[in-house]
Amino acid sequence: MSNDDKLRQVFIDALALEPGIDVENLSYRSTEEWDSVAHMLLVGEIENAFDILLETQDVIDMSSYSLAREIVDKYGVQI
Amino acid sequence: MTRLLNLERKVAFVTGSTRGIGWATACVLAANGATVVLNGVSDQYALDERVSELRSTYGVKAVGLLCDAADPEDVRGAYRKIFSTFRRLDILVNNAGVLNDALVGMVSDKMVTQTFGINTFGAIHHLQGAARLMQRRKSGSIVNLTSIVGVTGNEGQIVYSSSKAALLGLTRSAAKELAPMGIRVNAVAPGFIDTDMTRQLPQAKYDERMASIKMGRIGRPDDIAHSVLYFASELSSYVTGQVLGVDGGMLI
Repeated sequence: MSNDDKLRQVFIDALALEPGIDVENLSYRSTEEWDSVAHMLLVGEIENAFDILLETQDVIDMSSYSLAREIVDKYGVQI
Repeated sequence: MTRLLNLERKVAFVTGSTRGIGWATACVLAANGATVVLNGVSDQYALDERVSELRSTYGVKAVGLLCDAADPEDVRGAYRKIFSTFRRLDILVNNAGVLNDALVGMVSDKMVTQTFGINTFGAIHHLQGAARLMQRRKSGSIVNLTSIVGVTGNEGQIVYSSSKAALLGLTRSAAKELAPMGIRVNAVAPGFIDTDMTRQLPQAKYDERMASIKMGRIGRPDDIAHSVLYFASELSSYVTGQVLGVDGGMLI
């Protein structure tokens, strides 16, 4: 599984999304599943999946899937 | 039978732990098997000495981290270090603090900024960093050191007491928010404890405080450390959002 697929799966699992949903179109607080509580769960799952610790500002900034990709890339995870 | 006080394999971070209540707490946690991260602001030598003492006395892992609670970036750096070293944090004791007293008309901006910077904002930043690490394992215990005057108020202490009163809100709010993640947040409110901080008091003020303690003795740092151990251990596994007064029946 590529890191992109892994990140996609983390989004689906952490936000309890329907399988096959296009995560690229999701944004924080624009969908019912991605509220502030789910966001912290998502952050924790991303950290566990890639064994990284995100900075607080990155947690705040991570408002879409594409931004999540950019952010984990900063921590040396090649997407 | 499960040993409820057993802290082996747990990593504990005690802020402000080179002396006083912080050092006593570090010793008590280490005596029960915890790996301890000690913390001072700037004195590397004193910190290294304490790390060596903890290792040799209790046979536990111990490391030292210089970190100023008043500097948010410093605090974030401490949690990056703990993550890179241990990959986990189980216990945070939010102890670092300063005591500055002044009558209402004598309170300076600098005093407000310094006291809140360490006692309140520092505690918030530490709690934030610790919660991020603890949520990875969906368990943890955070113990905030407030003060009896944060609960009751006291003349001459509007800045210190309000900086410590803020920790009551921090404790209760964080406890509610973090409970679903398995993280407990509690507070200990010491009374008059025999530390360098309280020895700074003028003799008349010292005597007045002593006279207000129903048990007739000043508190020992160990008295506080034992209460922190209760919150840090499985003895309090169903307790969160609580403030425990440890004051010998002191009346203010």
